[in-house]
Amino acid sequence: MSLIAAPPRLELRGITKRYPSVVANQDIDLVVQPSEIHALLGENGAGKSTLMKIVYGVVKPDTGSVFWNGQAVKIRSPAQARALGIGMVFQHFSLFDTLTVAQNIALALDQKQDMQALSARIVEVSNRYGLPLEPDRLVHLLSVGERQRVEIVRCLLQEPQLLIMDEPTSVLTPQAVRKLFETLRRLAAEGCSILYISHKLDEIRELCHTATVLRGGKVTGMANPQLESSKSLAELMIGKELPAYRRASTRALGEPSLVINDLSRATTDPFGTSLKHVQLSVHAGEIVGIAGVSGNGQQELLYALSGEQPGRREEVLIKGQEAGQLDAAERRSLGLRFVPEERLGRGAVPEMPLELNALLTGYANGLAPKGWIQYAKIREFSKACIERFNVKAGGPQAAAKSLSGGNVQKYIVGRELMLNPQVLIIAQPTWGVDVGAASFIRQTLLDLSQAGVAVLVISEELDELFEICDQIAVIEGGQLSPAKPVAQTSVEEIGLLMGGTRTSHVTEQRVA
Amino acid sequence: MDMNTLVLILAATVAAAVPLIFAALGELVVEKSGVLNLGVEGMMVVGAIFAFMAAAETGQLWLAILVGAVAGAGMAAIFGFITLSLMANQVATGLALTIFGIGLSAFIGQGYTSVALDGLKEISIPVLSSLPVVGKLLFSYNILVYLAIIAFVGIWWFLYKSRSGLILRAVGESPSSAHALGYRVIRIRYLAVLFGGAMAGIGGAYLSIAYTPLWAEGMTAGRGWIALALVVFATWRPGRVLIGALLFGGVTIAQFHVQGLGVEIPSQFLSMLPYLATIIVLVLISRDAGVIRLNAPASLGQPWHNELH
Repeated sequence: MSLIAAPPRLELRGITKRYPSVVANQDIDLVVQPSEIHALLGENGAGKSTLMKIVYGVVKPDTGSVFWNGQAVKIRSPAQARALGIGMVFQHFSLFDTLTVAQNIALALDQKQDMQALSARIVEVSNRYGLPLEPDRLVHLLSVGERQRVEIVRCLLQEPQLLIMDEPTSVLTPQAVRKLFETLRRLAAEGCSILYISHKLDEIRELCHTATVLRGGKVTGMANPQLESSKSLAELMIGKELPAYRRASTRALGEPSLVINDLSRATTDPFGTSLKHVQLSVHAGEIVGIAGVSGNGQQELLYALSGEQPGRREEVLIKGQEAGQLDAAERRSLGLRFVPEERLGRGAVPEMPLELNALLTGYANGLAPKGWIQYAKIREFSKACIERFNVKAGGPQAAAKSLSGGNVQKYIVGRELMLNPQVLIIAQPTWGVDVGAASFIRQTLLDLSQAGVAVLVISEELDELFEICDQIAVIEGGQLSPAKPVAQTSVEEIGLLMGGTRTSHVTEQRVA
Repeated sequence: MDMNTLVLILAATVAAAVPLIFAALGELVVEKSGVLNLGVEGMMVVGAIFAFMAAAETGQLWLAILVGAVAGAGMAAIFGFITLSLMANQVATGLALTIFGIGLSAFIGQGYTSVALDGLKEISIPVLSSLPVVGKLLFSYNILVYLAIIAFVGIWWFLYKSRSGLILRAVGESPSSAHALGYRVIRIRYLAVLFGGAMAGIGGAYLSIAYTPLWAEGMTAGRGWIALALVVFATWRPGRVLIGALLFGGVTIAQFHVQGLGVEIPSQFLSMLPYLATIIVLVLISRDAGVIRLNAPASLGQPWHNELH
C-alpha cells in the first residue's frame, strides 16, 4: 500500500454480533473506497441488515472495529453516524405518515430548523438531483416512489460521505429504478461512497463496482459484479446451483374458472384506494399475474376476492357460479384457495402450532368432522405438508411465529395446495423468501397450472411475473389494465402502466 | 333569566370545566407519545388529597397546588416504571393505578373529612374585572382557571409549533422509526407520562382546594374517566378537548339549575346528563374515520422496546 493513497472511506474489521438464537454477523471484514458503489449481497437472514445497522449506530457489535476515513471510531448512535457523514435509506421506510415531508426531514436533522428555509432547501436539493418533492404534502398521500425520494433527500441534505441503501428498489417501477441509478451514479461521481444492499442481481451488475457476498452471517466472497453473470452471483449467494424452471410449451386452457365482473369498491380508509370497474378472467390451467406498485388497490382487490369484504352477487364468478356475496368459507367450498400477503395474522395464527394452523382452512376437508378435531389427522396432514414442501420447522408442534418468513410461506402455500384447489389466489408468493425457496414456490405454481388449476398471482416483482405468468395485467390507482399475453408485452410496457399516466405527467412537468 | 344569572351560569361553567381541562390535556400529551394511561382518575384523586393535606397543614395554597402536581406525577412514575421499563400491559396497569389511587386517597384522607379550608380566592384583575358583564365573565377567576387557559395555549403551541412537540408526535406515530433516527423513545415517553400525571394532579388539587374546598372520599366522581373519553372523542386535538370540557361543565351547571327549578325529573337522571351529553356530542363530531386516522397516535397502547441492542 502506498503512502499517498487516500484511506478507505469505511473499513470494518472482524465485526461479530450474536443474538440469543443466532450469530447474525461473524468476523466480517469490509472495505469501501471513496466514490465507490459497493454491493452487499446475500439472501434474507444472511446478516446484511444487521451489519448496516452496526455501521449506522443502531446496533452495537459484540467485537470488531470500525475505521472511518482511516480513523478508528465507535459509532454509538444514528446521530453520531450522521455527524460523521453516514446517511441511511431504510428498506421499510422510517417515515411518519401523518406528518409533512418537511417535518419528516426536520426530524432527521440534528439542529433546530427554520421550517421555511428548510422547505426552500428541500426544493432546491431535490430538483438538483432529479427527485422532485413538495415539502408541505402529508407523507401518507405520497406514492411509494415519492416516499423513497423523501428518505433520499433527507440523507442528501446532510451532505453524506457514505450513503447506505437497504433494498431500495423493491418497491419501485423499472422507470423509477433507472432514475434512482442516475442519481446514485451522480452522487458517486461527486465523491460520495454508496453501500448498496440488494438481492436483485441484475441491478447489482448494472450499478455496482464491487460486491461483498454474505451467507449465514459470514463473508463468503468478493466479486466484480460487472464481470459475473447473474447466475454465478446467485450461486455465490446461495452456495449451490440454481434449478431451472420446467414448464410445458403448450397447455390446454379450460373454461374461465375465476371471473371478476365490473368490480367497484369505494374505500372508507383514507390511506386506501377505491377499486374502479375491475374486469378480469382466469381460465383453468392458466396463470394470470397482476403487477403494480403496492398501495394501488391490491389490498382492496384481495379482500373483495377472498370474501373478507363481500359485495354484489355478480361481481365475482367462481367456476361459473355467482359468488360476490359469499363469505370466505362459502367461497372455499366452491374450490377457491387463498394465500394472503400477510402471512402471520392473516395466513396463520402466529402463536398457534403449525398443526392447528392447518385446521384453519382445512376444517372442511375431513380434519374436523362434525366439529370434532381429529388431532391424529391434523398432525399427519401437517407432517406431510412439512415434508412435501420442505418446510424448515421443529415439527407440527412448532409455533408459526417461530419459523422464518420463507418457511411460513412454504407451509401456507403447501397447506392450500394439499386442500385441492381449483382456483388459487396468491399474493406476493415469494416476498421475503430466499432464492432457493422462491424458485421452489414458482415451480409449484407452474405445476399447479399444468394440472388444470386457475392461478391468480398478485406480485410487485416483475421478473417473477414474467417468469411464470401466461397473462399480465397492471393495477394502478384502483384500475386494472386489460390482461396481455406475456409474449406480447415487455417489462418496459408494464413498467409504464405501473407508473400510471398521472405520476409520470407530474414528474415531467416538475422537471421541465 | 336576566343577564346577571346568565353570566353567573357561564362563569360557573368555566369553573366546572377546569379540572377536565387539566386532566384531559395532560392525558392528550401522554397519548400523543403513544402511551395509554387509564389511571387518570387515580392520579387526580391522589393529587386532590395531597393538595388538600398540604393546604390544611400549611395554609399555603400555592404550595398545595405544587404538592398536588408532584403527587400526580409520583403516581404516573409508578405507571411509567411498570409499563415503560418493565413493559407491562398499559391497560391493565392503568386500571390498577386508578383502583390504587382511590384506595390510597381514602386511606390517607381519613383524618381530613371534616376539616374546613379557605379555598383559593378569585383574583379580580383591577379595572377589567369591574367592567359590566365581561368583567365577571372573563376577569375574576382563581389562579388555576387562568393557568388552565395558559396550559391549553402552551400545549397547543408545543404540539404543533415546536420541534420537541414534533418529536413527541413522531414517537407516538412510530416508535421504531423515531428510534432509528436516534430519538430516545422510552425517555420521551417517561417525560410525557410524568407531565400527564402532574396535570391530573393539578386537576385534582383544583377540586379539593378551589372548586369545593373540602375532602370527601372519591370526590373526583369519575371526572378522570370523562377526561379520558374527552381525549378520544376529541380525536386527540386540544381545541376539541377544550370544547368538550366546557360542554361538560355547562351541562353540569345547567342540570343544577333545572333541579333548583323543581322540574319533575329524577335527580339521578339529571346528574347523569353531563356525562351522556358530552359523549354523544363528541361521538357525533368525531365520526370521520379519516380525521381519526390522521390524529390518533398509531402506536397508542403498544409497548415498545429496543429489540436490537
